[in-house]
This record gives sequence, structure tokens and C-alpha cells, in this order.
Amino acid sequence: MSDRIFGSLVCIVALAYIVSATQIQTSFLTDPVGPKMFPIIIGSVAFICALTVVIKPDQSPDWPGPAIFLALLVAIVALVGYAYTLKPLGFLIPTAVASAVISFLIQRNFVTAALTGVGLSLGLFVIFKYALGLGLVAFSKTLIG
Amino acid sequence: MEVLSLLADGFSVALTPHTLMLAIAGCIIGTMVGALPGLGPSNGVAILIPLAFSLGLDATQSLVLMTAVYYGAMYGGRISSILLNIPGDEPALMTTLDGFPMAQQGRAADALVLSGVASFVGATLATIGLMLLAPILARVAFLFGPAEYFALYMLAFCTLGGIASKNQRKAAIAACIGLAIAMIGLDNSSGMPRFTYNNLHLMDGVDFLVAIVGLFAVSEVFIFIESHGKSSAIGVTLGKITIPVKDIVRSSGTMLRSSIVGFVAGVLPGAGASLGSFLAYMSEKAISRDKDTFGTGNPRGVAAPEAGNNAAAGGALVPMLTLGVPGSGTTAVLLALLMTLNITPGPLLFTERPELVWGLIATLFIANFVLLILNVPLVKVFVKLLSVPAWILLPGVTMVSFVGIYSLSGSYFDLLLMIGFGVLGYFLRKIDVPTVPIILGILLGNHMEDSLRRAMVISGGEWTYLLSSPIAIGLWIAAILGFVAPVFVSKFFKKPQRITE
Repeated sequence: MSDRIFGSLVCIVALAYIVSATQIQTSFLTDPVGPKMFPIIIGSVAFICALTVVIKPDQSPDWPGPAIFLALLVAIVALVGYAYTLKPLGFLIPTAVASAVISFLIQRNFVTAALTGVGLSLGLFVIFKYALGLGLVAFSKTLIG
Repeated sequence: MEVLSLLADGFSVALTPHTLMLAIAGCIIGTMVGALPGLGPSNGVAILIPLAFSLGLDATQSLVLMTAVYYGAMYGGRISSILLNIPGDEPALMTTLDGFPMAQQGRAADALVLSGVASFVGATLATIGLMLLAPILARVAFLFGPAEYFALYMLAFCTLGGIASKNQRKAAIAACIGLAIAMIGLDNSSGMPRFTYNNLHLMDGVDFLVAIVGLFAVSEVFIFIESHGKSSAIGVTLGKITIPVKDIVRSSGTMLRSSIVGFVAGVLPGAGASLGSFLAYMSEKAISRDKDTFGTGNPRGVAAPEAGNNAAAGGALVPMLTLGVPGSGTTAVLLALLMTLNITPGPLLFTERPELVWGLIATLFIANFVLLILNVPLVKVFVKLLSVPAWILLPGVTMVSFVGIYSLSGSYFDLLLMIGFGVLGYFLRKIDVPTVPIILGILLGNHMEDSLRRAMVISGGEWTYLLSSPIAIGLWIAAILGFVAPVFVSKFFKKPQRITE
């Protein structure tokens, strides 16, 4: 079943890709192949292969239960949040929070997760800043004032 | 003789204190990367590349550092295979077959020393092979026109999809995903935007480092969250390290044969180290008189895959340096490094940047000796790394990936894209779609299209031009065989599964 869904998705994306390839503007300076041809070939090959996957799928893998999917979602949210806060809040706090969340999701123990977060944040800061010389900011200026 | 004088020049580059220090640091980091379960060579090299840039190293130095990491990871991968029955990286899978039983019989130290020596033999012979074969292949590569290059890229995708994966159709889809992503950005010849959907961030295209780190490192975190960091590890304690002279002498023939098999497998574009260790093990088993002891802790079953794996790692550098076509997942990552450094691999590299090529080869010889010392007398230090728990390691890897990518571009967009690739990588890995063809597609997509279009310009749009030279025809035949043959051969060559207790 998983393969059928995957195959159908690839088919749809491949068709959309081919359609948007036909919309590419060509310039007056053009070669025999042009900028559209290669993307169209790629899309077609992907479409054909995906179609065979839909027709003859492999066995479905063991998908995790809803609890794990929730954990994965939390991890993604934590990482996206990390991406957005890394610059405005400085290195230390977002790193500690994000690594604590991921650590917790793997081990499910609040104390070790919090310690891991703080430890990694401080340790990596020292390594990046002083051993590798990256220009990291510990705390944001707006926070300290 | 010419080779020797070039090599001497190489050593004069490699033996400068700074380069030497980088090589040693690379060896240590590499062995750590290989030994840590869940952090394979491609992962390790991928997350270190952005950091190498921010250190401000020049081209030779970064290449030396990263290749030392690459060689080191190939050595280190065996440690967790032997002691925990968990391959540290994919090529080390074959080492678990005899390495772990040997460890269970209380011969863990012997297995580690023997496999360390086998790695050394394999890697050293492969480096010699690289030194002799690469300049010859570089000369042949001068004969390659766009049509031949196009066929060569096809060969790389076909062998990668055919030999290295279970399902050819899925590998082909993966390659198409990569190629499709490579098309994003400004068109090389006409300068027109393609698939950018008026998004300014997409104008430059998708940075392959972002894709690599996302698909390899970030998706690994999701896999670990799913498995809760549980590993079915059955630890074995390590006694005093002694040198099992008898085993080493008895398996010396095995090491030599496996090195040759591994090197050949490594040179094939797209095949790589996993195939090298697999073929080395299988061929050694086939010619051995005591076949039934393989899988129960036969020392030769430990020596063969390790020599094969390391020889293939060296062999995979040959097509990467001479033709710009990587022979494995990790060399694909190294190719990404070269491309980011603005070095075009290929025949011209050997004539225009001899100091880089020969400096690299000389460093590999030095790195091998350093690695032998690290992996035989000092192996106990690295064994301690096995007890680093996943709940510290994985968050650490993620943070290093983020800082690395962020320090490269400083954009949120790249970080978000990396997370996106991580999610994509997780789902693809769950349904057995290989991720290495995606990387290869992103790396080679534009070159592949350029060579096709240049070929068509030369011929005036005549498609038969693609098959106009014997080299091109040969490459196409090899490509088709590489893709189709495994379907028929797979019945006879079944990959042994991991032994589970």
C-alpha cells in the first residue's frame, strides 16, 4: 500500500513537473535541445517508473504507531523553531532547547534530556567559537540589552 | 619513473606541518565517525564539509582533511560490527558475519587487530592502484567528448541503481528526483529561470550540501526517534590486545585477493565500497576449502570484507578524480566538496593541479600508517566511543549540521530546506528508496544536461551522435548491463542478512 501511495504521488509530481517544464521561457539564443527537453525527459522517466511501482508494489514497511508520528512531528517543529530562533536569540538558548527536545524524544527522560541540552549547547559553543573560530553569538544583544 | 617524481612532489606537499596535522586530525575524526553507531562515512563527511569551509582551509588542505576522514571512517566502521554486531556503516555489514562470532568466542581483540591490518593492506594497495591507474585513466579521459560524458553519467546512475539497490525502479525514481532538483535555478545556457516559481531563494538552485546533510544526517535523527535509540546491541568485552600473528599470516593471501576484488569494484562508477566488501567476502568464501566455517568466526571472513571495503574506498577515488563521476555515496559527498571548492575533477585536474592530486595521494599513504597505529595499538580508545548513548550523539549531530549549514549561507531558507530533505529522506528510507542516487542526481544533473546539449549542438540536433564513438557505445552497453544484469544474477548472489540472536 505504501508503495502505491508513493508511486501515485511521484506520478502526479512528475506530471506537474512536465507541465511546468513546458512553461519555461526560451531565449532567442537557443540550442537544438533547449532548456525544456531534459526536464521533460526526467519527468517522463520518473512517471513511467512510478507507474510500474503502482502496478507492482513491494511489501509495506512497518510504519510506526501514532505516538511515534507525534514524536516525529514534535522533532520537526523543534527543528523548524531552531532554524528561526538561531539568529534572533543567539546560539546558546535555542541549541539547548532543541537538543534537549531531540534527546528527550529518543530517551524519554526529562533530567538526562535537560542535562544533554545544556551540556551540548555549552560544549559545542566552546568548540565552534574557540577551537574552530566561527563567529557565533552566545546571547542576542536585544535580550541582554 | 615519472610517477615516482610526481609522488615525491606530492610528499613535499603532504609533509608540510600544517597539512600533516590536518591529515592526522582527519584520521582521528574519521575513525570516530566510523566507530560511532549511526554515523556513517557519508554522514560524517557531509556534516564536516561546511565546518571545513568556515575554517578557511584552501583546496588542497580541505581535500586532505576530508579524504583522511573518509579513509578513517572506513577503518572505524568495523569496530561496532565486531563488538556490537551493528555495522558502523553499510560496507561494514559483511564484517559482522564473522567478526561478531569471533568476538563471542572471546577473540574480540584478535578480530579487531586482524581487521585493522586487513584494512591497512586493502587501503595501501588501493592507494598504489589509484596512483598507477588514475594518470592512465586521466589520459583516456581526454578522448571523452560530450557524448561520452553523457553515456558515462548514465553508466553511473545505472550501476548505482542496478547493483547497489534492491529495487531498480525505485533507484531510477530516486535518480530522477535528484536530477529534477538539479534543474531548479537559472538555466546554464540560456540564463532563463527554471522551476523557481518566482522564489528568489531558488534562483541559485538547491545547494547540494543542504540536500546531502538533510537526506543523510537529519533523516538519521528521525530514524533514531522512531527506534527510541533502542539497539539490539549485545556487547562483548574486549580483553588485552595482542597481535594474532598466526591469523595474519594465514589470511595474508585472503587480504591480497580481497584487495584486488575490492579495488576493481570500487573503480566501477556507482558501485562503491559495499559492493567491494560483499564481493570480497563471497569470492573468498567460494574458493575456500572450509566454506562451512565462514559465518562462525573464521578469521579469513573478517580479513576479506575489511580488505575489500578499504580497497574499494580507495578505488572509488579513481573515477571521482579522473572523470568527475563518484564511485560511491561517500565519494559523491567528496565530489560535492570539490565542486564547492571550484575544482572541476577530470583529466585537466591532473595537468593543471598536480600538487593537489599528488599531495592527496601522498597524504593517503601517510594517513594509512596513522590509521594503522590508531586502529591497532590505540583501538581501545575508540572502543570507548561505542558507549556514547544515542540520546547525546544524535542531538549533537543535528546541532553540528545546523551550525555547519548556517555558517555556509546564513539563511533560514537553507535550514528549512535541510529539514525538508530530512523528512523526505526519512520517508524514502522507510519505503526502501535509496537516497544516494538523489545526491548523485543533484550533483551531476547540470553536467549531464550540459553534455547532452553540447553533444546536440555539435551534431546539429542529430540524436544518433550520442552513439557515434566506440567508447560511447561501450559505456551505453555497460550501463544497460549494469542496470539489467542484477535482476538475473540476484538469484545466485543473495546478500546475507545480518545475524540476529
